[in-house]
Amino acid sequence: MGGGVKGNLEALLVMFGKQPSKPKRITEEAKVLHLVKKEELKNLTKAERAEFRRDLDEIKQGVHSNKWRNRRWLSILTINLLFTLSFWIDIQLFEGSIIASRVFGFHMADVYSALQVVFAYKIVFINLIIGTVTVIIIWLIFGGRAFCSWVCPYHLLADIAEKIHLKLVAKKLVKDHPFHRGVRSVFWIVFALLAFILGYALFNSINPVGMISRALIYGPSLALIWVFLLFLFEVFYSRRAWCRYVCPMGLTYGIIGALSPLQISYHLADCHHEAACNAVCEVPHVLDCVKKGRADKVVMDIGTDCTLCGACVDVCPTQSLRFEIKGLSLIS
Amino acid sequence: MSKLPKSPRQEASRRRFLRTVGLFFGVVGTSLATLLPVIAKLVPSRLRPPGAIDEPDFLASCIKCGQCVQVCPVEAIKLADLDDAMGVGVPYIEARVQACDFSCDAVQCVLACPTGSLSHTIVKKEEVRMGLARVAKPDACLASKGLGFKGLARGEHFKGLLRYAKIDRWNPIPVREHPYDLKLCDLCVRQCPIENAISLQSLDNDGKHKLPVIHEACVGCGVCEMICPVEPSVIVIDERKKWGEA
Repeated sequence: MGGGVKGNLEALLVMFGKQPSKPKRITEEAKVLHLVKKEELKNLTKAERAEFRRDLDEIKQGVHSNKWRNRRWLSILTINLLFTLSFWIDIQLFEGSIIASRVFGFHMADVYSALQVVFAYKIVFINLIIGTVTVIIIWLIFGGRAFCSWVCPYHLLADIAEKIHLKLVAKKLVKDHPFHRGVRSVFWIVFALLAFILGYALFNSINPVGMISRALIYGPSLALIWVFLLFLFEVFYSRRAWCRYVCPMGLTYGIIGALSPLQISYHLADCHHEAACNAVCEVPHVLDCVKKGRADKVVMDIGTDCTLCGACVDVCPTQSLRFEIKGLSLIS
Repeated sequence: MSKLPKSPRQEASRRRFLRTVGLFFGVVGTSLATLLPVIAKLVPSRLRPPGAIDEPDFLASCIKCGQCVQVCPVEAIKLADLDDAMGVGVPYIEARVQACDFSCDAVQCVLACPTGSLSHTIVKKEEVRMGLARVAKPDACLASKGLGFKGLARGEHFKGLLRYAKIDRWNPIPVREHPYDLKLCDLCVRQCPIENAISLQSLDNDGKHKLPVIHEACVGCGVCEMICPVEPSVIVIDERKKWGEA
């Protein structure tokens, strides 16, 4: 159980933009399981095959549980509206915005935004360190990019854009234009360097997360035009573009998540290899292991770029994907 | 080599690479474009919240969270928008609309700032240096004409708040709920929250004509600019100006 150092390094590299590759070594148990499944698939009756296909079609048409989606939408709305409400009725429990805040008096600061400020200002301010460390600890516990799925206000908007995009793709009205995922790592470095060179946290000027958060709390602003343009870009041109290829905030939380015990685990034994999970995943490269013959262990950790959104858990017909705390099963 | 026909796979990969280059320059270009007006100083400088450090450092260190906005009892602090062209989300104060009147007593915005953009070395309102008040249009000043003032300083629609210690020590009230009846207009001096920052000086021997004079104690909070009943305001704040500077 658990990724081991090599597995984690590979997961990190894949997150930084590397193409997932076939595992070099596969454990004996996994090898046996792969063989057994191959035989089983060969011996499927026609009726069984048809049933498989029908199941998959239904899943792809949206016939599946939305339990985790509903939970995370509720989480995003609750957390963001608590900030709004706190300001409106002036109870000062959630001060600030998603970028930096004081929650019940605890300093919090988004890690990449704080990094930019340190690079730009070149002086490290104690409250900012406290806030950043607090946030790092929170996401070490709750799984890194879980921030994206469970807190980030842009995520909800991007979910809607993705839904519309997929409908349009199904009707063959638009086509997804993927980018090279490695460009997100380049953005991460370039915006950090620009902050240092310019003495100005440039990324915040185009960061839709801060814009939406501030708009929700302090009232709508013209900056939302930029957010709307991103929305249109994701609907008509490239699926989930900001979260997949740009956002350095997300990448930062991904790096933190590499050390987190909370993750989604993959159980090879029951998997039908239908790839329904792949189809709904925001970051499908983390699910490379669900392809036939790819899993190198019987139970695997999903890559650290995973946002723990639970979409795959919702669609998997065999419960082969589960939320887990390092081996401790959350749902069986 | 180049004459070899490319496989569809290579072609798709080439296109994806070009698209990615486009995305990179698109995103970085847009972010740089938002910075141009700041660098070029296309927009006039703005009054910053109390305790703001030097402008370049201020812009560098502000994380744009808005905690200063939230703690201000009179909501004097606003966040810059896209069209303000000086950094989306950076706080500023428009004194004529709502000045900082130190209703909070303890410079709350400074305490709230998580990055030190508002310097924590400031603990009292008297230590603040946002700018300096300046009598911009002395001829328009009511006092200089020997006139009094009766009524609402800024009219019945003005939304600005001010703390009137005699009415409510703790809570600021709308300026429009506080009518005045003054023989000689001294609103800027009367409402100044800082001691010895501004006074009226006689222009002639009989003391009928007077003009406000700014002193070194002025912190540039902008209450005088907000309360001045003349339109446009006789007194304005010069942002970041220090005493003795030309």
